[in-house]
Amino acid sequence: MCVLCGTLLSDHWAEIAGGRRARDLRVRLLNRVLGYWGLSLADWAGAIYTIRDRKGRSVVVQDVGALWTSAEQLAGRPLDPLDPGLLAALEADG
Amino acid sequence: MADQGKHPITLLTGFLGSGKTTLLSRLLAHPDMGETAVIVNELGEIPIDHHLVRSVDERTVVLGRGCVCCVMRGDLADELRELVSRRSRGEIPHFRRVVVETSGLADPAPVLYTLLTESVVKHHFALEAVVTTVDAVNGAGQLARQPESVKQAAAADRIVLTKIDLTSSEDVADIEQRIAVINPVAPLLRARFGDVEPALLFGGREPDPRELELAEDAHADDVHAFCVLLDKEVDWTAFGVWLTMLLAAHGEHILRVKGLLNVGDEGPLLLNGVQHIVHPPQHLDGWPDEDRRSRVVVIARGVRRADVERSLAAFSRAAKAAA
Repeated sequence: MCVLCGTLLSDHWAEIAGGRRARDLRVRLLNRVLGYWGLSLADWAGAIYTIRDRKGRSVVVQDVGALWTSAEQLAGRPLDPLDPGLLAALEADG
Repeated sequence: MADQGKHPITLLTGFLGSGKTTLLSRLLAHPDMGETAVIVNELGEIPIDHHLVRSVDERTVVLGRGCVCCVMRGDLADELRELVSRRSRGEIPHFRRVVVETSGLADPAPVLYTLLTESVVKHHFALEAVVTTVDAVNGAGQLARQPESVKQAAAADRIVLTKIDLTSSEDVADIEQRIAVINPVAPLLRARFGDVEPALLFGGREPDPRELELAEDAHADDVHAFCVLLDKEVDWTAFGVWLTMLLAAHGEHILRVKGLLNVGDEGPLLLNGVQHIVHPPQHLDGWPDEDRRSRVVVIARGVRRADVERSLAAFSRAAKAAA
């Protein structure tokens, strides 16, 4: 439990290892992916994430497991990692 | 596989009448299965003597806006907690291992979710294996018509083909072929009258996904298995982002993910997921052989290997660019 905000710290399987460095990389990668649908993500105190759309609406999520449902609601459409448009954009990163 | 100091739990599942209780009663009579506590939520007609047997009702607690598989089975959690506290009060004998027998219509995912996430349960117990019985007489029809039966087979770490004495060798070969398409990573054991060596159920070698001949394209719209092989090291952070997103988008159609990942450490990372529920990844001490390629077997319906491979490669590339 985070003593400042009362949030349970994540023990999601995808976030167990790697510490701060992995979390920073995760945030950058998530921004790259979510950016394709006009969303951005910020880390809050290494404990939770906030996702924002271009209208300034935001949602707070606990971990990368809970993130996709909230991001999808904010985007108003399905976020599919097999979407050819997303993959073409990521492949162009070089 | 079970964590040290925790009681190993075996989940025994299988469709109605597929021989779970017969298998269980024969297993419990084996000398290697002493000190086993059993929890069943459908008492069979065959009495199981000299063992702790507890029956539970199907009581479920839906958490938040969870999906169908991420549902806490409050009844099971209560029973497991009760086993621990009754033993510590000296009301029941010592037990070493627990077998949970599900009802024949149960989706195994909520049971796994409960075992892996309920805080008291995961403190005392560690899931060892999912054993699924498939009936050689009626199994083919059940796998064709009953989605729960397919989920049970896909979730298996071991599959026991029962009633092989009641059908022809051609029918046995047909159902073995169907099972090999749905879940080729679970060793398949044949049982006559429920006789299976416990050592084969709880140990034994699992098939190497690199050696499997998977007829994936012919079955793409049915439940089928395919294997993704990766030559390069996998960035675990990128893999976690990718897999959580894949399961969020397609989890309904992805029944199982199992594999060994080369994340750059001495040994591989063991990955095992059933529907949306992923076991905490385990670091293994070493690789089984010289081949260091990551290998991930996916059991899915309507999801194609080429798309999954391209997607994972694109996420890995994006992570490299972002590093």
